Amino acid sequence: MSWDWEFAIDVLPQLLEAFLRVTLVVTVVGSITAAVLGLIWAIGLRSLPPVPAKALAWVLDFIRMTPLPVQLLFLYYAVPTLSALQVGIIIIGIHYSTYMAESYRAGIDSIPKGQWEATRALSLPASRTWRAVILPQALRATIPSLGNWAIAMFKDTPFLIFIAAPEMVSVARNIGGNTFRYVEPFTIAGLIFLAASYPTAILMRKLENRLAY
Amino acid sequence: MPTNQPIIRFQDVVKKFGPTTVLDGLNFDVARGERVTLIGPSGSGKTTILRLLMTLEELTDGYIYVDGEPLTHEERNGRRVARRPKDVSKIRRRIGMVFQQFNLFPNMRVIENVIEAPVHVLGKSKDEAREEGYRLLDQVGLKHRAEHHPLQLSGGQQQRVAIARALAMSPEILLLDEVTSALDPELVGDVLAVLREVAENTDISMLIVTHEMQFARDVSHSVMMFDGGKVVESGHPDKIFTNPDHERTKTFLQAIL
Repeated sequence: MSWDWEFAIDVLPQLLEAFLRVTLVVTVVGSITAAVLGLIWAIGLRSLPPVPAKALAWVLDFIRMTPLPVQLLFLYYAVPTLSALQVGIIIIGIHYSTYMAESYRAGIDSIPKGQWEATRALSLPASRTWRAVILPQALRATIPSLGNWAIAMFKDTPFLIFIAAPEMVSVARNIGGNTFRYVEPFTIAGLIFLAASYPTAILMRKLENRLAY
Repeated sequence: MPTNQPIIRFQDVVKKFGPTTVLDGLNFDVARGERVTLIGPSGSGKTTILRLLMTLEELTDGYIYVDGEPLTHEERNGRRVARRPKDVSKIRRRIGMVFQQFNLFPNMRVIENVIEAPVHVLGKSKDEAREEGYRLLDQVGLKHRAEHHPLQLSGGQQQRVAIARALAMSPEILLLDEVTSALDPELVGDVLAVLREVAENTDISMLIVTHEMQFARDVSHSVMMFDGGKVVESGHPDKIFTNPDHERTKTFLQAIL
């Protein structure tokens, strides 16, 4: 096994392109989807009447406890009109929304009962209670953990290889398949992952400090 | 509107927490403008009474009327039925509460705490609410703290902001739930001074749960002694504090004074 610098530099643009066009797109759009849906689930779990809330909790557990590749393959073959990229965004977004819902819920549960009672004593409508009082406080505790889920999601994007979406690791494998050189493309792909997630993790930590009261 | 109508009426109110009966068929009236202090051993249900009025707890049985209107349940064709949340919230709006733990919103500035409900519940304009908010903060001696965050304030200051926040809704009824119990002793005086002023200058009806007996004596028109979920006796503070009829009241007052 030898390392060929020239080859490594040769494949870099292709991998970067796959990274930007698929991996990053899935991660960013998927994270936003997951963050929004997760919040909706968390508020639903708290506000819905007992029976629908139970049903929602069950569905979330179900999604969380089935493997991501199975979900990807399921939607990919169940709805052929969707492109691999669309399937990737939808499934990864939904899958991670169930984890993010748990983080939101922990944040919401950490708000003292007195805050809810104060909103009631002031007759604040539910919309203001959530938007002006509960969420701004709950999100402080939640945002760092959402960031960690987004990074985990980012690292799960290679699962898209199952549905032949041209994300970075699939492209690396194809390059390897065509040239019989696997080491350089996979190493570069790994480094690109590292180069993207490490600064994000640091950024999240900074954000966490800034959000403290 | 007949003025002799009680602003608060508890009728056969029962409150149970699991197997424990906290209030056991409670009946009492509070006249408009009256300030009533509730005293009694801990666990006697004083705070529960305030929390029922604020609809922070649900009553197990009976009725509460505010200015003649049923608060959470009404009698219809001889049956006890829950009122619609919309109707409940309309009445609840006439009631304000100050909590032992202040419960200010730590993510908002002091002035934002005060104007949140006037703007978003009463529909006042931001400017109008702000002007009124500054006036109230001035009244509680904290105008210079308007742009601070609550956690930058002492407990006593936070509680005075909480009083301003409750007053900003122009409540007809103000519930004070052990508002000085969480404060360091040297901060109690300022809070009580503010409340005395409110009592003197407004005709807001008040239900007060407090351990500050001198304050209770000074500001309240009547005192109700509770024990075992019932009113043991009630009357003018001078009478209750100096010459109570019931042995239970005597032993209680001896224990705390």
